[in-house]
Amino acid sequence: MDALTLTIDYIFSETFFHGAQMTLLLTIVSVFFGIVVGLIIAILQEMDNKYLNYIVVAYLWFFRGTPVLFQIIFVYNVLPSFGINLSSFASGVVALALNEGAYIAEIMRAGLQSVGKGQRTAATALAMKEWQIMRYVIVPQALRVIIPPIGNQFIGMLKLSALVSVVAVEELLLVANQAASSNFRYLEALMAAGVYYLFFTTVFMYIQGHIEFWAKGGRRRAQRDKELKVDVAIERTEVR
Amino acid sequence: MMSTDSSRSEKKIIEAFDVRKSFGNLEVLKGVSMEVTEGKTMVIVGPSGSGKSTLIRCFNLLETINSGEILFEGRPISGTDKDAWKTRLEIGMVFQNFELFGHLTVLENIILAPTVVKGIEKAEATDKAMELLKKVRIPEKASSFPDELSGGQQQRVAIARSLAMEPKLMLYDEPTSALDPEMIKEVLDVIQQLSQESMTSVVVTHEMGFARKVADRIVFMDHGQIVENSTSEKFFDGEVSDRAKMFLEQILSH
Repeated sequence: MDALTLTIDYIFSETFFHGAQMTLLLTIVSVFFGIVVGLIIAILQEMDNKYLNYIVVAYLWFFRGTPVLFQIIFVYNVLPSFGINLSSFASGVVALALNEGAYIAEIMRAGLQSVGKGQRTAATALAMKEWQIMRYVIVPQALRVIIPPIGNQFIGMLKLSALVSVVAVEELLLVANQAASSNFRYLEALMAAGVYYLFFTTVFMYIQGHIEFWAKGGRRRAQRDKELKVDVAIERTEVR
Repeated sequence: MMSTDSSRSEKKIIEAFDVRKSFGNLEVLKGVSMEVTEGKTMVIVGPSGSGKSTLIRCFNLLETINSGEILFEGRPISGTDKDAWKTRLEIGMVFQNFELFGHLTVLENIILAPTVVKGIEKAEATDKAMELLKKVRIPEKASSFPDELSGGQQQRVAIARSLAMEPKLMLYDEPTSALDPEMIKEVLDVIQQLSQESMTSVVVTHEMGFARKVADRIVFMDHGQIVENSTSEKFFDGEVSDRAKMFLEQILSH
């Protein structure tokens, strides 16, 4: 069988397809829980409590200071001796999400801080209450800063998820590696996996582009301009 | 001129008694007493760091005072007030940097607080907002976003946004300091118009020409104290302290 045919065979094979599904699932679930963890960390950081702050600092210190691969193996192999038995998939997600949370917390803090103090003051002067200010003034503006980099985190996580192959989660890279080790045709197996990775990252980038456009208020502005044009057109016909 | 009898019955909107305020070790208000009369316009002038802005920020509880007392319509508002927002309902404020909400259109900026805080129907709030935009002379910008407007336009929207809450008192904190010279007039014209319509106003500004035109009273502050508090006529006729004269010479010299 020539290289191209075998590659295409791999791409459409059930094992590769399942591997790709697993990679996508790992990515989405890990980023999702990463966002949850990040949000909690960001909130804890904003609260002026010395002890909570120690916890946060220790967390960031550990998860930013050690390799992700180390964290994955740690969760899978060390936690069981403390009575926490997780499946290989769950171990992978826990390690990836905890790691991700450290970075997402930073993104969220930057987002919240990007909304100037004056905006809060202005809203306060308008007799808005704390939760109303958060809901209508701070969060909508912070999201515009937070969401685009989270798109980047998705792409990063897609690639990071390959590390989970080390604890035998049947994701894309492990599938490719297994296929190749049975017939030593690494080129074809890795090409097939590479096609999947590039497909996913391309789709993510495309979605991210749209989200960035939204974040800049582009969609609302475009919509508004369209309506204005219609208004002008109506006025013109009325004049005639 | 007002007769003595009617001036005695004038209603006080704000009364401040021996107000003191410190930031850390720095005392920025060192015992300030003054009052703002209903329907009148007061202009507060003075060098930077003299406590002008801090004083008016105490009126709507953006700052809490350390001692003394402030009355709003005869009711004490000083201290940490849980119902501070109720006082703020009655007081509009305009800031040096406009502080329009960047993610909302001009119209949405104006109707946000009326709909969210006061629970007014959106349609009603929108009608009111359009009226106010006419008043500040930019109805055509209703669907623009703040970053599509000039500074002067943004500040006029900010004024409309405050007016939408139907305040009894308007505070202007250096409303033209961040503006290019050619835009200052359009903002001051709006403030002047409101003042002539008997909107009770306190304006912190360096625009002495404007002060002369609109102020009923001028307060001159320096180092956290009121050095001068007199009618506009007296102030500009030169019946003022040497310290105030020096300041006037400095800012009028160019």
